[in-house]
Amino acid sequence: MNVPLLPESASNFSTDVDHLMYYLVGVSVFFTLLIFGAIFYFAIRYRRRSENELPKAVHTSLTLEIAWSVIPFGLTMIMFAWGASIFFRESRPPKNAMQVYVVAKQWMWKLQHMEGQREINELHIPVGRPVKLVMTSEDAIHSFYVPAFRTKQDVVPGRYSTTWFIATKPGKYHLFCAEYCGTKHSGMTGWIYAMEPQDYQAWLSGGRAFGSLAENGEKLFQDLACGNCHKADGSGRCPSLVGLYGRSVMLADGRTITADEAYLRESILRPDAKIVAGYQPLMPTFQGLVTEEGVLQLIEYIKSLAPPPAGGAGTTPAEINVNPGVATAAPTNP
Amino acid sequence: MNTAATEERETYLNAGYGLKSWLLTSDHKRIAILYLITVTIFFFIGGIFATLIRIELLTPQGDLVSSDTYNKLFTMHGITMIFFFLLPSIPATLGNFFLPMMIGARDLAFPRINLLSWYLLVAGGALAIFAMAAGGVDTGWTFYTPYSTTYSNTWVIATALGIFVAGFSSILTGLNFIVTVHRMRAPGMTWFRLPLFVWSHYATAVIQVLGTPVLAVTLVLVFCERAFHIGIFDPALGGDPVLFQHMFWFYSHPAVYIMVLPAMGVISEIVSVYSRKPVFGYHFVAFSSMAIAVIGFLVWGHHLFVSTQSVYAGLVFSFLSYFVAVPSAVKVFNWTATLYKGSISFGTPMLYAFGFIGLFTIGGLTGLFVASLGFDVHVTDTYFVVAHFHYIMVGGAIMGFLGGLHYWWPKMTGRMYPEGWAKLSAAIIFVGFNLTFFPQFILGYLGMPRRYHVYPPEFQVLHVLSTAGASVLAVGYLFPLVYLLWSLRYGKVASANPWGATGLEWKTQSPPPVHNFDEIPVVTTEAYDYSTVVGEAVEIG
Amino acid sequence: MKLAEQVQAQTPAHAEGETLALREQFDTAEQQKESSTFGMWVFLVTEVMFFGGMFLAYTIYRNTYPYVFGKASTSLNAVIGALNTAVLLCSSYTMVLAVRSAQIGKRKALVIFLVLTLLLGLTFLGVKAYEWNEKFVEHHVPGAHFHFEGAAEQGPAQLFFSLYFAMTGLHALHMVVGVGILSWLLFHTLRGRFSAEYMTPVDVAGLYWHFVDIIWIFLFPLLYLIDRHMK
Repeated sequence: MNVPLLPESASNFSTDVDHLMYYLVGVSVFFTLLIFGAIFYFAIRYRRRSENELPKAVHTSLTLEIAWSVIPFGLTMIMFAWGASIFFRESRPPKNAMQVYVVAKQWMWKLQHMEGQREINELHIPVGRPVKLVMTSEDAIHSFYVPAFRTKQDVVPGRYSTTWFIATKPGKYHLFCAEYCGTKHSGMTGWIYAMEPQDYQAWLSGGRAFGSLAENGEKLFQDLACGNCHKADGSGRCPSLVGLYGRSVMLADGRTITADEAYLRESILRPDAKIVAGYQPLMPTFQGLVTEEGVLQLIEYIKSLAPPPAGGAGTTPAEINVNPGVATAAPTNP
Repeated sequence: MNTAATEERETYLNAGYGLKSWLLTSDHKRIAILYLITVTIFFFIGGIFATLIRIELLTPQGDLVSSDTYNKLFTMHGITMIFFFLLPSIPATLGNFFLPMMIGARDLAFPRINLLSWYLLVAGGALAIFAMAAGGVDTGWTFYTPYSTTYSNTWVIATALGIFVAGFSSILTGLNFIVTVHRMRAPGMTWFRLPLFVWSHYATAVIQVLGTPVLAVTLVLVFCERAFHIGIFDPALGGDPVLFQHMFWFYSHPAVYIMVLPAMGVISEIVSVYSRKPVFGYHFVAFSSMAIAVIGFLVWGHHLFVSTQSVYAGLVFSFLSYFVAVPSAVKVFNWTATLYKGSISFGTPMLYAFGFIGLFTIGGLTGLFVASLGFDVHVTDTYFVVAHFHYIMVGGAIMGFLGGLHYWWPKMTGRMYPEGWAKLSAAIIFVGFNLTFFPQFILGYLGMPRRYHVYPPEFQVLHVLSTAGASVLAVGYLFPLVYLLWSLRYGKVASANPWGATGLEWKTQSPPPVHNFDEIPVVTTEAYDYSTVVGEAVEIG
Repeated sequence: MKLAEQVQAQTPAHAEGETLALREQFDTAEQQKESSTFGMWVFLVTEVMFFGGMFLAYTIYRNTYPYVFGKASTSLNAVIGALNTAVLLCSSYTMVLAVRSAQIGKRKALVIFLVLTLLLGLTFLGVKAYEWNEKFVEHHVPGAHFHFEGAAEQGPAQLFFSLYFAMTGLHALHMVVGVGILSWLLFHTLRGRFSAEYMTPVDVAGLYWHFVDIIWIFLFPLLYLIDRHMK
């Protein structure tokens, strides 16, 4: 009967988290033994031997109280710093990360590769390459948890959340939903398949062709007649979207923000939230007219409206639609 | 029969018979007993839910109940245990009974509000139990939106209303305690002569008064959203589901200190008496209660590390969470140091106190684990967290409750409980508890998420161990129910001060008269001065 | 007096010599008065936390949707709101005068000022009802028939109005309770229960009334006055 104590260690974070765990366990065992030991020893050594015993009062000292406050606090600061450093790294995906979109809904995971592959409850990824997941939910809050990677991130409706990892070992790893979401919460599980790079390529090219996200996005852009206002040369009533992704945008209220996925999603579904400086709040909302997957496709299409980046970044495949004759500023790469 | 002697003397128990004399009482001691009966009932209801959960989890498949039913079971277990048992348990029973006596008062400042508090708990609990019987609620005790506001098809509103009403019970108790401690201390009872039990209840009261209203308004918003579809937390309308989490945890984190601080107060009393020494570092223990209350309001975001809360907020909350651990550690060290050069005896209350210190230490140390951001990312929403909080709530708070119940049983009832059975039960509870919850730390680190009805087969061995422990624990809890009730009729008659304790409550009869003291005492000694209670004392140490 | 006997009969058995004024858990009337007042202050702190939650939600959403919240806010009638604010401020003034009258034992003045406070409070509630009716007619009540013309998407606008109704509703509820308390005070004043030696309930009710007034002083600018220029 083999009861493992640790899950497999399969990501760039796993070993770190396990080492932190060993430190935490070590400190805890030390203090547990210390306290249990002291109690055990005192209880025996100072047990009551006669009924009329009256112990003398023992007074504490400020030094002692400070010492046993500060020293443990110092030990915990190591826990804090170590954990914080792992957390910081977990929140900063590398710029060259391979992006996969995730849409969670009761009670399944829908995953979408840039190249068009769709997966349900499974994610195939190459070993050794940073993978960044951009996730949203269609209904309740879910949470994307891969114990072998030691990563977890809530998936919240109405916004994007991201998580990233590098698989270090080929294998098949549990994917769990870790935020209670209703009846089949415990059934909302799946598998991460980490594969050798060549196997991953083989997997990518097999299966039926879906059309890349950006291609589907272009079609949706035309179906929804976005181009009527968002003319590529900026002559419409609304800002041009060419080269928008990644750029700084000045808003009517004076703030400046970066046009990332969240901004693009919000502009489609909540156009009144951030009005671009110099424009009127004219855009109607597309809430209800476009699904979360549709939004992802539009975002990928908008990303593609840029001059080709120097040196492959691997996030924008497919065709680049740039109106000839329009000067576009070099975009900052996602 | 040994009841004759007590019958003649007027005590709070026999001053007036009949239901009306109890249901319309303004005597804090009777109200405490009413609460004791009420919370015990809720404890066993919550326990039944726990039993069903653990039986279901014996096997990886969902073969005992349906998923919907299972989801209701863990929700209702949490709600019943937290809102209707743990939160009121010690403050409303032992606190109500002994806080006035310990400070030398005849009653709380507002006795009728005290009775109202009890009725509010009963009404709120009845509403919640009605909702559970009518179909149940399946949102988890944390009611996260938008599941609870939009997607759940269960009795959310009725349950939320029940909790809302019970919340006012808690607020009024806190209000009563604060005014009482400030205004009703006997002559000579200065702040630093107060028993540490009073300090910890005062700190608890501050949390009750400041935190609970925020839960109340959060529940009001959930209610409005569900009933009127107004959309405060609904992302489809631009609402923020994570705002709910912030508002909910702003109360619910301090709430855990409402649950554990009173138990710490009990432990201070017990450790002192059974070492026959003042608590080591009295001032530090007193101040640590206040520090826990204050800092406890600043750490709620550690429940939101992976919620899409900002990284920087995560850093701040993680840091402060380590800060709040320090006063708790100070208490553990001071209790341990109290044993040094003491005169230690091993009555049942002391066994519970040892159990508390040990298990609270483990629970508190694992709190350090989850306060670490990188570690928490892996274990949040897994059984690791479940184990952590059960170590504190059950291994800590409930042991404190049982310890206090036994310690003050003679004073409240005028009867001694059977020591042998009591010690046996304490041992069974300790063993059962550890067997139930220690495997869950391992389960959690392995990746077993919480609130899971079915699970991958590789987790089964640990679940079986846990359920085995739960059966032992259940037996352990049933014993006191039986022998404590037995002692009411057949237990040895208790003297005024069977344990040789200091404290004003031990200077009056067991059970106390209606007005607590024939004459209001004038306090001239420091707290925990055992020279006043040990006859022909032989100094040691 | 018959009332004293009635009250005596209702309260459970106590030590002899208890008067209507001095409860048996207290040693002196001073202690009782201080405890009651302190108790009310503690209660008001809980009310601050209670309303605070809603103020927090409002502040956060206002920060997220400044444009829509501004537009929605301008649809409220600031003149009527200001009028109501004046009414409530006056009622606090008459309440202060009521407490003063009680302190110096002037029963007739106490009655007059309580009545005035009551009337002003009822006026406030009446005006509130009128405002809410306006909102209902304009389809600004959240729910199935909600429609706000000033913004493209309805979501954040509905959020504003949800918070508007929740906050003013909660406030109005507290006003209703306050009106009930004032009525109770009036009833007992007419029965001669209060005197210069014992007027704690009047004092404590005054605190409550002022608190409800202060909440409105915060609500009014926050809901009605910010971003008036957007109209």
